[in-house]
Amino acid sequence: MKLLEFEAKALLRDHGIPFPEGGVAVLADEAESIARSLGRPVVLKAQIPVAGRGKAGGVLRAADASEARAVADSLLGAVIKDCLVESILVEEALDIATEYYLSVAIDRAERRYVVLASAHGGVDVEQAAQTSPEGVARSWADPVSGFDRPAAHELVRRAGISSAEAGELAGLLVHLFAATLERDAELTELNPLVATSTGALVAVDARMIVDENALFRHPDIQAEALNRERTPREIEARERGLAYVDLAGTIGVVGNGAGLVMATIDLVSYFGGSPANFLDIGGGGEVDITRDGLLLVLEKPEVEAVVVNVFGGITRCDIVARAVIEAADRASVKKPVAVSIMGTNHEEGQRLLDEAGISSYADIEESVAGIMKTLGKDEHSG
Amino acid sequence: MSILVDDTSRVIVQGITGREGGFHASSMVAYGTHVVAGVTPGKGGQDVEGVPVYDSVAEAVARQQANTSIIFVPPRFARSAAVEAIEAGIGTIAVITEGIPLKDTVEFVALAGARGATIIGPNCPGMISPGAKTKVGIMPGHIFRAGSVGIVSRSGSLTYEIAWRTTQAGLGQSSCVGVGGDPIIGAGFAEILEMFRRDDGTQSVVLIGEIGGNAEEMAAQYIAATGFAKTVVAYIAGRTSPPGKRMGHAGAIIMGEAGTARSKIDAFAAAGVAVAERPSDVVRLLTR
Repeated sequence: MKLLEFEAKALLRDHGIPFPEGGVAVLADEAESIARSLGRPVVLKAQIPVAGRGKAGGVLRAADASEARAVADSLLGAVIKDCLVESILVEEALDIATEYYLSVAIDRAERRYVVLASAHGGVDVEQAAQTSPEGVARSWADPVSGFDRPAAHELVRRAGISSAEAGELAGLLVHLFAATLERDAELTELNPLVATSTGALVAVDARMIVDENALFRHPDIQAEALNRERTPREIEARERGLAYVDLAGTIGVVGNGAGLVMATIDLVSYFGGSPANFLDIGGGGEVDITRDGLLLVLEKPEVEAVVVNVFGGITRCDIVARAVIEAADRASVKKPVAVSIMGTNHEEGQRLLDEAGISSYADIEESVAGIMKTLGKDEHSG
Repeated sequence: MSILVDDTSRVIVQGITGREGGFHASSMVAYGTHVVAGVTPGKGGQDVEGVPVYDSVAEAVARQQANTSIIFVPPRFARSAAVEAIEAGIGTIAVITEGIPLKDTVEFVALAGARGATIIGPNCPGMISPGAKTKVGIMPGHIFRAGSVGIVSRSGSLTYEIAWRTTQAGLGQSSCVGVGGDPIIGAGFAEILEMFRRDDGTQSVVLIGEIGGNAEEMAAQYIAATGFAKTVVAYIAGRTSPPGKRMGHAGAIIMGEAGTARSKIDAFAAAGVAVAERPSDVVRLLTR
């Protein structure tokens, strides 16, 4: 779950990370008054959960309070990188001497936390890392001893940082690591963490991604952040316990198990179609979830036809069939549905579907080929 | 022959008194697995369809000489269940639970590594060795049959779909292992491939991967580096899924260049592994 910049900063401040002075504004009035109380030039930043907002015009400066108001007016309500800007962070503009990059992430391949540091922070850190990877130093946390002060000093040294700030940077890395673990974050990133012309270290930007699976033990982190990246249909689906993602095509896809659903989506493409969604109804063979999920897909206007692929051991096919029939019955517009089911009672399931006039198959490729043929669009007939 | 589980596996079901644990314990017993104990703290002394329940893994090990465990406990307790099994000396642990916090998995996977225990999962269907009539998992037993195809997969139901096709084609399986769909897992493709390499009963391998992470790329490197002599056929789900969208398994988030279907297909091609374009191609490629 991606946190907005101001949310990440609020959490990380508690762990000893220094941030610029400022505040969050949802109205131009508020932005003006924050700028006035700071009494110096400010930077106004769109609070949206995407990378590259700076280059897309989401980070702007203002010399004084009235300019801040005008800038806030232009940012609030704007759409930047497909995100609606509902809040902005107004912070003192800093005199930047050096930009560092500090982060902690989970390294899947090593199955450990990795701490990164670089003296080449800022908006182009990724390009810099690609052209000269040795510029980003890495240190994998020991599962037992974690990431301590000596390890942090060593990392800073390997990043080629020997300035007066090196010791303080090492301290911040230790804090950042502790914050990452305490908050069950998958990623915490300070880019840039700047040294100002007076030598102060301040984290100008902060990014944090929190593990959704750990939210149950962080009641202070609002789970509604999850909905920021979802379409209205995805939000509705989530509320009903459906694992649903909107896609751009016209063939609805329903299945049990993420791998099976992705394979079905691939088959839709293989047979010349374009998927309208991803929907995983899970392995429990729940009637309500199957019916509600299929109905949600059928009701999407762009959907012309739906393929349902279920392969289960304990899933009862006659129950799945009944759920499919019920959903098809309730749909406001009748659309072709093809079903492939395999599992307990699959003959009974197929019989029920045949009686209801719904095409049934025993093979997940045949159901997709079948639905494309029904629409007159298959590229690989036979 | 087989890997990881066979008729010498003496299995504990952790979470046996829960709905899922109880259901699958019965299913495993019916298949032929030696389920020797269940563990649910506080429910020791009960029995679930003839399987004695103990309060701790240590007690189950002492009383029943258990050497394998399968974990069905809810996400917030899974780490402590896994740690308990590792510390009690269990050598092979299947963690079925989905939704375990990443930090917890990092911890118990590291502990298992330090103690020489093998973790399969989490968020996986477990493993089955049909020739030994042993399953430590939730897969339907009737779609498998004894044979020499080894299957290793990141998926659940897609694994059954492909396994069923090999069974229908008259090929059986030596063992089928679901390594799980989470971003951090215990044994990965390379580790399981190495077990298949050393297993005389396995003559070919089917690897079922998906987008996200670099497990397939690492498997391809392992195959190239060892000159893996047995036929390997790969299938990768998610080839046409758009990048950046979160779909199903947490592990299927694509990050940058690494983890795309293209990257995996190219890595396998370079290692001499045939890549099936669709599930039905798997059998064709295995038997050509």
